[in-house]
Amino acid sequence: MRVPLSWLAEYVELVPGTTPEQVHAALVEVGLEEEDVHTFDLVGPIVVGEVLEFVEEPQTNGKTIRWCQVRVAPDGETAADGGEAVHGIVCGARNFFVGDKVVVTLPGAVLPGPFPIAARKTYGHVSDGMIASARELGLGEDHDGILRLSTLGIDAPVGTDAIALLGLDDTAVELNVTPDRGYAFSIRGVAREYAHATGARFRDPVGEIEPTDVAADAFPVVIDDRAPIRGNLASQAFATRIVRGVDPTRPTPAWMIARLKLAGIRSVSLLVDITNYVMLELGQPIHGYDLDALRGGIVVRRAVQGEPFTTLDGKARTLHAEDVVVTDDRGPIGLAGVMGGAETEMGESTTNVLIEAAHWDPVSIARTARRHKLPSEAAKRYERGVDPTIGAVAVARVAQLMVDLAGGTADQGGSVIQTAPERAAILLPDGYVTRVTGIESTVEEVHDALAEIGGVVTRVDGGFSVVPPTWRPDLTGREELVEEVARLGGYERIPSILPVAPPGRGLTRSQRIRRRVAEVLAAGGATEVLSFPFANAEENARYGSVDGGPVASVKLANALDASNALLRRSLLPGLIGAAKRNRSRGLVDLALFELGLVFLPEDGRVYGSSELPAGGALPSDDEIAALDAGIPPQPRHVAALFVGDAVTKQPGQAAVPAGIVDALDAVRRIGLATGAEFEVVHGSHHAMHPGRTAELRVAGRSVGFAGELLPSIAEEADLPRVVAVLEIDLDAVIELAEPQPEAQAIGTFPAATQDLSLLVAADVPAGVVAASVREGAGALLEELHLVDDYRGAGVPEGSKSLTFALRFRAPDRTLTAAEASEAKLAGAALAGERTGAAIRE
Amino acid sequence: MGRRPLDSFLVSEPREITEQSVESAVAAALAAIASAGDSAALKAVRAEHTGEKSELAQLNAQLRNVPNDQKAALGKLVGGARGRVNQAFTAREAEIVAAEAAAQLEAEALDVTALPSRITVGSRHPLTLLEDRVCDVFTGMGWEIAEGPEVESEWFNFDALNFDADHPARAMQDTFFVDPPEAHLVMRTHTSPVQVRSMLDREVPIYVLAPGRVYRTDEFDATHLPVFMQFEGLAVDKGLTMAHLKGTLDHFVKSIFGDEAKVRLRPSYFPFTEPSAELDFWHPTFKTGPRWIEWGGCGMVHPNVLRSAGIDPEVYTGFAFGMGIERGLMLRNDVQDMREMVEGDIRFSQQFGMVV
Repeated sequence: MRVPLSWLAEYVELVPGTTPEQVHAALVEVGLEEEDVHTFDLVGPIVVGEVLEFVEEPQTNGKTIRWCQVRVAPDGETAADGGEAVHGIVCGARNFFVGDKVVVTLPGAVLPGPFPIAARKTYGHVSDGMIASARELGLGEDHDGILRLSTLGIDAPVGTDAIALLGLDDTAVELNVTPDRGYAFSIRGVAREYAHATGARFRDPVGEIEPTDVAADAFPVVIDDRAPIRGNLASQAFATRIVRGVDPTRPTPAWMIARLKLAGIRSVSLLVDITNYVMLELGQPIHGYDLDALRGGIVVRRAVQGEPFTTLDGKARTLHAEDVVVTDDRGPIGLAGVMGGAETEMGESTTNVLIEAAHWDPVSIARTARRHKLPSEAAKRYERGVDPTIGAVAVARVAQLMVDLAGGTADQGGSVIQTAPERAAILLPDGYVTRVTGIESTVEEVHDALAEIGGVVTRVDGGFSVVPPTWRPDLTGREELVEEVARLGGYERIPSILPVAPPGRGLTRSQRIRRRVAEVLAAGGATEVLSFPFANAEENARYGSVDGGPVASVKLANALDASNALLRRSLLPGLIGAAKRNRSRGLVDLALFELGLVFLPEDGRVYGSSELPAGGALPSDDEIAALDAGIPPQPRHVAALFVGDAVTKQPGQAAVPAGIVDALDAVRRIGLATGAEFEVVHGSHHAMHPGRTAELRVAGRSVGFAGELLPSIAEEADLPRVVAVLEIDLDAVIELAEPQPEAQAIGTFPAATQDLSLLVAADVPAGVVAASVREGAGALLEELHLVDDYRGAGVPEGSKSLTFALRFRAPDRTLTAAEASEAKLAGAALAGERTGAAIRE
Repeated sequence: MGRRPLDSFLVSEPREITEQSVESAVAAALAAIASAGDSAALKAVRAEHTGEKSELAQLNAQLRNVPNDQKAALGKLVGGARGRVNQAFTAREAEIVAAEAAAQLEAEALDVTALPSRITVGSRHPLTLLEDRVCDVFTGMGWEIAEGPEVESEWFNFDALNFDADHPARAMQDTFFVDPPEAHLVMRTHTSPVQVRSMLDREVPIYVLAPGRVYRTDEFDATHLPVFMQFEGLAVDKGLTMAHLKGTLDHFVKSIFGDEAKVRLRPSYFPFTEPSAELDFWHPTFKTGPRWIEWGGCGMVHPNVLRSAGIDPEVYTGFAFGMGIERGLMLRNDVQDMREMVEGDIRFSQQFGMVV
């Protein structure tokens, strides 16, 4: 809401010289947050001038300019810029006549832009200023010609300061109005709030306008709502008024144009401007009909499903059965509370006007405005709640302005329907304000605050009975009343007390593990990134499906980017995108990781709930279970990507290119952080290198993979041929990992170390051989690791020689070499049995 | 090296034990020891001057042949000479070992500014680091950290939080809807649904903090992200008031922004709180000088929200608050452009390492 200060000052005492910043500071205290300040941004001297004479001079560029002599100060006086009383000015417009009063921007003036005015040579003359158009002054869009003051009905003496004359010295404060405060979309409401904030005296404009008595049915209006939404009639208050004999061609006064402009509304025509003006002033949207275009009386009803209607923006619309229409004998003439129709709108030939100020059901308007995507100024106010009692006053105010400014005559024609029920009183027990806010408020303070906001406050046993003011539909319970008392008294009165929570248990196991995973990956060389979880079908199929084929995805109905409207099933596309971005910025050696949710709807399953339980009451266990069942699985994954060099070339250190080794190292770190024992076996994945992919298992269950991307996929993504990645279902790993490791006694008897070389077929995984040796060697084997994988001279074609270093130890004695050898041979024997391995002599 | 070839002694005649011959042998030995430059040379010197064929050894052997009455005196003479030589030898050996150790250390010296590193160091993302810090402040007060799904039922995201289906507040959230919209699934617009889940899952008293990612259909620019991180606190207990809300926030901002930080509340509106407030905090170390900065919203939990979770608002009251982590990072660490937080440029995270 933009509030011109001159307008605000009409209804609340505003100390002269109050700055917009001071107004903002005061209003923020009561909950109207500052957004901006708007001015016309003009610096004088800008004065009224009179065109004394001009000569038309055709130019070589095809234009014809006028070389004008303009009087800008009374004869014998100095002009406002210190120059002569008559200035020579070049003007490109040709819509004016000798004798016209115009607005002259003299040298030294500045127009919005900023566009400073100076005497300058142009078209063979020194143009000593400029004759302004309405648009140059910020008064309107009209740039066809210069502004002739007579068209605004103004005849002021030459030399008059035009900035003040046209109301261009005004300033507006823009406020952010929260959705509960519909009344603050009016000068009336903001003035009242300013009074609350500062204690300044407030005059209610509604109290100053006398609604003229009209015969209740002088103009026939019928509310015929046969399908109220949630039991609320479409309209419970509807006032009309007839004004006859208006002159629609009269100019809108400059002050009104200026205020509307500052408030953000373009001047259209006098009659329309008046309706907008009153809407801004009182917060009551007004609709004006060309009375002569109406056929018969008005009937308000719900639309027929599919009924056509053309709104005054020229759009043909198909109505919904919930929409409310204002109709006459022909059918719909307005989409209630949202937008009128083209056929009956006020126009250039309108002489008799029917003014309508209705109150509409907020829910109905909100749905209609959303359905037809018509967030109009009227709808904005109606859906937030309009004072249902001021229709008669509003139409009287419009009538008065049409009489005063458009030369019309208001007669007794009109109607008033008022069926809105009295508001129910709210009981506010003594001490309740303190119970909620901690502020020690006295009974008097509570009473005075609620009376000040316009409530009818009655003392009852143990508290107050409060009937909220008609313009505050948001005040529906005692908590809302508490806020009123607290904000009028000032939130700074709230004390500060640190509550003592029951002793806690710190982070959960899962939270601790996830934090540790991020830490070990970072310490191990990877950099954490956070990607947007949006993806496309191809990415989800490639990285988030079993076989690379189409896969179910969560889809957004209103994605920002339609080509990325799905939620990710894998973290890898985000990491690949980040890798590309880094490489495009010259950062080529990368280790990236991300922890985040992936979204894994099951194929063929329907998620969501067609019906929701009502708010404000505890749903049944079944209802909650149904809601939860409708939410697609979204486990937390961890993924990493390695590309470029893992170790860069350095003195005495050759570069080590990144590859699957780095991915598996990262897996080991994740194992360390989670307490999970990862089993690494050969795996396959449609996006991965067939010979360089490991499946990762914990407790026998597959939890992810690590390896190198298919070179073709890496290259397609503009990355080098070797890109190592891993992706792990971290939630699953945490679930499968031993939560609490059991300690083994540390043996202190001497160890016996032996090597074991086995010849085995080249395609037998070393891991399988190692597992067999470990199992066969039994409890005495403390540690085993692969120290060599040799192929070549001395080893038959198709075989390899694997050398393991074994460390044996007994818990209770010093092992003999023979015992160790026996265990080793047992291991070799089992490996031989299972894999065909033979001891290499 | 100044020593004679070893074989020159093989042809020398046995000497008589005299002071002169002993002194001459000692002098020769001491000179050779002194001139030995390294342990190898010293080893040779030792063999030459104290070995079986050395002059002193031969003189010593002559002791067998001297008359008994001279044995003691000559024995002392020769023994003393051998002792002096051995002493000199030991001293020189220590010198040489020390010199050689020093030389080895010198030879091993490296330019410590030119060494390769085998493990590159990475970094955490500052947003998750700040999230962790925020969580630590609250777990330190005994609060729990609660989590929930990002694709959420509208009931948890809106209805249970007192957002009327037709109220403009529901539209002001700029919600991402899951297709089809009739399924009533949304990308959570705040972490408040976790508050509702926490109330359903736990017994009162409840003190939980819900951090996590949230979604709004905001354009992507320097101060807006469609996906961002939030943390929301919820306390439900007997006798809680806005004073406890303010006390909690005061403690929190001091923990994150320093002891000079404090909180100011301004009236505002949220459907799920009443009374509601915007929260500003006094930022004592703001780059352009200390000032009040807006950081989030808060208020007393609306009775309808408590009822939605089956908590009796006549018995219990609650407060709630919520702030954006991105904005916190901007204010605290002077990040100028939010887009840097999500582009994945490693230089952004690496400025922070593991510390925020």
